[in-house]
Amino acid sequence: MLKKIDGVWVYAIFFVVFLYGPVLLMPVFALNDGTFATFPLKGFTLKNFSAMAANTSMILAFQNSLKIAIAVAMLSTVLAMPAALALTRFRLPGGGAIQSFMMLPLVIPSIVIAVALLVILLKIFGIQLSLWTVAAGHVLICLPFCMSVLMSRLEGFDPNLEEASRDLGCTAWQTFWRTTFPLALPGVISSLLMGFIISFDEFVIAFFLTGTENTLPVYLFSQLRFPNKLPGVLALGSLILVGSAVLVIAAEIIRKRGAPSNNPGDY
Amino acid sequence: MIAMLALPIAALVVLSFWTQSGFELDRTPTLENYAQLVRLTDEPTVWFGIPFYFSYPVPAILMIKSVVMSLSATVAVIALAYPMAYFLAFRVHKHKALWIILITIPFWTSYLLRVFAWKIVLGFNGAINSGLKAIGIIDQPLEFLLYNPGAVVITLAHSWVAFAILPIYVSLEKIDRSLLEAASDLGDSKLKRFLRITLPLSAPGTVAAALLVFIPTVGDYVTPTLVGGPGGTMIGNLVQELFLKQNNAPLGAAVAITMMLIIAVIVAIFLWAIGYRRIRARRA
Repeated sequence: MLKKIDGVWVYAIFFVVFLYGPVLLMPVFALNDGTFATFPLKGFTLKNFSAMAANTSMILAFQNSLKIAIAVAMLSTVLAMPAALALTRFRLPGGGAIQSFMMLPLVIPSIVIAVALLVILLKIFGIQLSLWTVAAGHVLICLPFCMSVLMSRLEGFDPNLEEASRDLGCTAWQTFWRTTFPLALPGVISSLLMGFIISFDEFVIAFFLTGTENTLPVYLFSQLRFPNKLPGVLALGSLILVGSAVLVIAAEIIRKRGAPSNNPGDY
Repeated sequence: MIAMLALPIAALVVLSFWTQSGFELDRTPTLENYAQLVRLTDEPTVWFGIPFYFSYPVPAILMIKSVVMSLSATVAVIALAYPMAYFLAFRVHKHKALWIILITIPFWTSYLLRVFAWKIVLGFNGAINSGLKAIGIIDQPLEFLLYNPGAVVITLAHSWVAFAILPIYVSLEKIDRSLLEAASDLGDSKLKRFLRITLPLSAPGTVAAALLVFIPTVGDYVTPTLVGGPGGTMIGNLVQELFLKQNNAPLGAAVAITMMLIIAVIVAIFLWAIGYRRIRARRA
């Protein structure tokens, strides 16, 4: 079929503009030399970005977010791996039900998850809110994403390879590390990246579950109320946008690249 | 792992049967919180011409408002996402993966920032107002853009549209192309072919997309807080208020549980109304 420039194409272009337009205004105004986010633009400046280096509370929040996101990415991938293996390799009784249950955090409004965790942490276990409680909440919402990434990868290669490894005398543990894990590696990496991104950007759960320390989105939210903080917020927002976009693209490329090349079962 | 998810929800349910008295939590199980949500009074609170005979009408009003706003956003999302998914499934032949990444990137970037971006666009001193002023179309900023339910609906639609494309795209992609050819050969026009083959066969993905958007947006907190203003608050704001500001967690829990139940009922009615079982069965 020839590529036709018709209504559907025009719509697609309009759609991408709609999707990206508002978000792209942020870096535009961040580089603009003015206190308000208004047209016409006044001139190019980098002062909003250089001002960020001196903002200690923001850097602290950034470090907190980084720590949480790394911990969450690793923990939720480690937890998702056995679950994904169990669901793809064995015919579990009620496997379908378990699978849909694990996907629940996708459709429960995050505020409900947040208050539910708040209740159980404070009123039942009596745990003080801290960055750890935020991390626990984030693991919960990252699990479905990590699991679906891992499961699609585990379904993508031939389970006979694992069987062969068992037949050749490997223990289950050796089989996992020498056959399954290397084959699933692209999935593992994109699961790590995904967990990192979700945790790093998550606001509602962090807002409810954090103690005295801020994560970056919570810090950002607290700044939004003050109009005079706007340029700083714009600069920070632009950096976060660029950072997450780079990570998402990396995750996608690793996942796509990994699919054909790492799979001897396809020959 | 299942316990990790089930336990907090169970705790929320238990909490909703307790009551708050001052700073103490009264652990005698009671339906008081739920009763408070539906207790009637003779003096109605009128909202948009609808009288509410509740003594504490705020949750009921906010619930209805949230559902209406979320439904409008869902309809907008499907209307925007469907043609795009159609485009991806039928028109893009080269660089398909690239297009899909292009569509999904915004979904992964910070939700908070995407919402905030609309505040910049619609604000009193925002991009639209200052842009229109700069080219001389208006003298005074348009005040109706931000801080109302409309702004919340636009922002919600924009934030969730990327999420809705994929399920629709997958179900369009799965359609056997020979069915379309057959329809054309048998004399269907393009429009008829779309209405009789493409649309029904892509219904499962479209329904899934609608639910994926509707369910989480009813309880959204960030969007109404940032762009809703006083008129655009939703049920999520009330839950937050009750938990963190009014220190009445049990009532907040009851509101959250009721919200989930109402969402579940609406979803069930919706699926029943469109005959979802039949649609799924037809695919098999």
